[in-house]
Amino acid sequence: MSERIIIRGGRVIDPASGHDGIADVLIEDGRISAVGASLDGAGAREIDARGLVVAPGFVDLHAHLRDPGLEYKEDIESGTRAAARGGFTTVCAMPNTEPAMDTRSVIEYVLREAAARASVRVLPIGAVSKGRAGKDLAELGDLAAAGCVAFSDDGAPVHDATLMRLALEYASAFDLPIIDHCEEPSLARDAVMHEGWVAARLGLRGAPAAAEESPVARDIALAATTGAHVHIAHVSTRGAVEEVRRAKARGLRVTTEVTPHHLTLTDETVAFGAGGGDELLYETNAKVNPPLRSQDDVDACVAALADGTIDCVATDHAPHAATEKLCEFDDAAFGISGLETAFGLCMRLVHAKALPLAALVERMTIGPVRALGLDRHVPGLGTLAPGAPGDVVVLDPGAEWTVEPERFASKGKNTPLGGMTLRGTVVATVAGGRVVHETGVPVG
Amino acid sequence: MTTMRDPETRAEASPPIAVPAPEETPWRRRHLLDLDDFSVDELGLVMRTTDAMKEVLSREVPRVPALRGTTIVTLFYENSTRTRASFELAGKVLGADVINVSASGSSVTKGESLIDTVKTLQAIGADVLVMRHHRSGAPYLAARHAEAAVVNAGDGLHAHPTQALLDLYTIRGALGDVRGRKVVIVGDVLHSRVARSNMWSLTALGAEVVLCAPPTLLPRGLRDAPEGGLPRVRVETDIDRAIEGADVVMALRMQTERMHGGFVPGMREYSRLYQVNAKRLAHANPGALVLHPGPMNEGVEISHEVAHGLQSHVEEQVANGVAVRMAVLWLITRNTPRGGRTASSRGAL
Repeated sequence: MSERIIIRGGRVIDPASGHDGIADVLIEDGRISAVGASLDGAGAREIDARGLVVAPGFVDLHAHLRDPGLEYKEDIESGTRAAARGGFTTVCAMPNTEPAMDTRSVIEYVLREAAARASVRVLPIGAVSKGRAGKDLAELGDLAAAGCVAFSDDGAPVHDATLMRLALEYASAFDLPIIDHCEEPSLARDAVMHEGWVAARLGLRGAPAAAEESPVARDIALAATTGAHVHIAHVSTRGAVEEVRRAKARGLRVTTEVTPHHLTLTDETVAFGAGGGDELLYETNAKVNPPLRSQDDVDACVAALADGTIDCVATDHAPHAATEKLCEFDDAAFGISGLETAFGLCMRLVHAKALPLAALVERMTIGPVRALGLDRHVPGLGTLAPGAPGDVVVLDPGAEWTVEPERFASKGKNTPLGGMTLRGTVVATVAGGRVVHETGVPVG
Repeated sequence: MTTMRDPETRAEASPPIAVPAPEETPWRRRHLLDLDDFSVDELGLVMRTTDAMKEVLSREVPRVPALRGTTIVTLFYENSTRTRASFELAGKVLGADVINVSASGSSVTKGESLIDTVKTLQAIGADVLVMRHHRSGAPYLAARHAEAAVVNAGDGLHAHPTQALLDLYTIRGALGDVRGRKVVIVGDVLHSRVARSNMWSLTALGAEVVLCAPPTLLPRGLRDAPEGGLPRVRVETDIDRAIEGADVVMALRMQTERMHGGFVPGMREYSRLYQVNAKRLAHANPGALVLHPGPMNEGVEISHEVAHGLQSHVEEQVANGVAVRMAVLWLITRNTPRGGRTASSRGAL
């Protein structure tokens, strides 16, 4: 039920308009009604944001909601509650479900479930190929008509270069991008982490940076060939970032994203955990694909996010059941449950003065919207413009909190950050004019 | 150290083991997972304890009741002949009950998780779990969930600490101190848990360790580690340069599977370029030791004449393996709950 809400006295950052200053935000009928000084909020539910930051709700281009088929890991209800806690008011759902989101009926199921149970907006991403098998194109036109905002076989790369070329060309008829999980399987055979000294020490098989960089280079070449839009999922290496930088300089339609963990954690987390130390942990919660890389790669990703080479932050939220991580490292599932720690983790960059707060907000709001052109589907998305969706987040950038995975709304408790202190909290989340999260106040 | 051979005395009680006195033993470990964090003192303690165990093994009836009442389970997820037999014998010499569990034909094949298997074995009374596993890091997972002591008998590509300890014992037996000695490890370092564990112990004691292999069989990133991240070793892809002036040449097993992985073009070229043979060994220091963790592929990584030549200490390695594992089992049970209870009576039996 949407209500009249006024958010009073916060520092309002709306990167789309360039607004950055103290103001009130009024939300009516599920939409932004006004941003300004001393707005009339008579009868409205009031959220006191003095000393806090108010921004458009975050937009996540990359989340695994696991629904349908893998509801033991996550479902649309739990996944979107996790999103709300993390300040996200829009999540794009990846299609590696069971069955895959490769037909209109599965997309319709997702949208129906979302309408009935989701705390925040769900935008589906359709599969590129039937069954995500990498052989034959899925019915992209039907998927587009059903409401898909992009196509991806994420979890797996589109390995066949001709299929990728055809997918890019075919999807351009609907002006929708292909999101590619860039990984050359023959270079990443049996790999469970990044190749480097940590893998050498642990006796684990590593994937070289080139396993990511070579398909990135291929996709960019195909973007040039086709003129179509390719979005590189979760870049994680210096070389991949450089490829994207050059592609953008050439004016190609190439966009990209980076995860909070690739911006802040290195492969040493696999050995010693996010807190460091000497004891070998074989931390399965740090097993993720693409793998956590070297400090040099992390530095390159941070710099590229700051200079705009990387368009946005995306969580690659990948929830798993406890037993899928409580096992031998080689046998553990890939993925980090990331929606609820994304803002706190990214705030490390702001506190380290590697990225201004306003830039981080941009990379989590209008940045992802522009990357995929989501405002064509949801006008005003990622902004606080009058008439835009009533999606607003209230943040306390300096507040410390301790990550307690067992208290996540997500079913996936798989994070290497358990017990860590982060600085930066989501105080309240308003989605479509509804308060879907407020600290200290249980929201049903 | 007294060696008592009098049959009458033996009939009543076996003589004490001349193990290092508790006050000079800095052993605080509950588990033996790798040697990466072993101090010089700890390595010395294992060596001295092994001396005492060698003495026990030299007795007419090599049996002592030092670990009587202790249950040792060998839990092997991978085939092994010598390591398992060596641990089993070591436990039996010390009077422990030893139970062997294999992954095949057990609940493991029914899908039981490692943690559940560990807890089950603990529930039936295991004090020590000697574990061999094909996954790197598996003993670390077991140790985190076990009250029993976990002894790593080889995990994936990661570590094989008792092999490195017996290698060290063998080297010290022949050369004395290893400080300043050049140890060349030749072969498939990439897939070798033996090489990984040896790097730690040998460099901790001041040996110069040289790894020699084709670049495709060397771990990547060896030189990129920060201080303490990896042992400081030298890498040499030319075997003749590597062996020059070596005091120890350790050949590693070359598995035929590696051919299919494309790591080398074939056994013929590999043996031509990297086999430890008499001609190459002639470049080492006179009397240099030849070691091999076994089982050997004679004619591939090592020539028949060198494998069985005067400089080969391969059989001695195997023999020392029992004493080293006795020492490890004896030391590790000092810190298990049951071992702690009987500690005062142990060593004096």
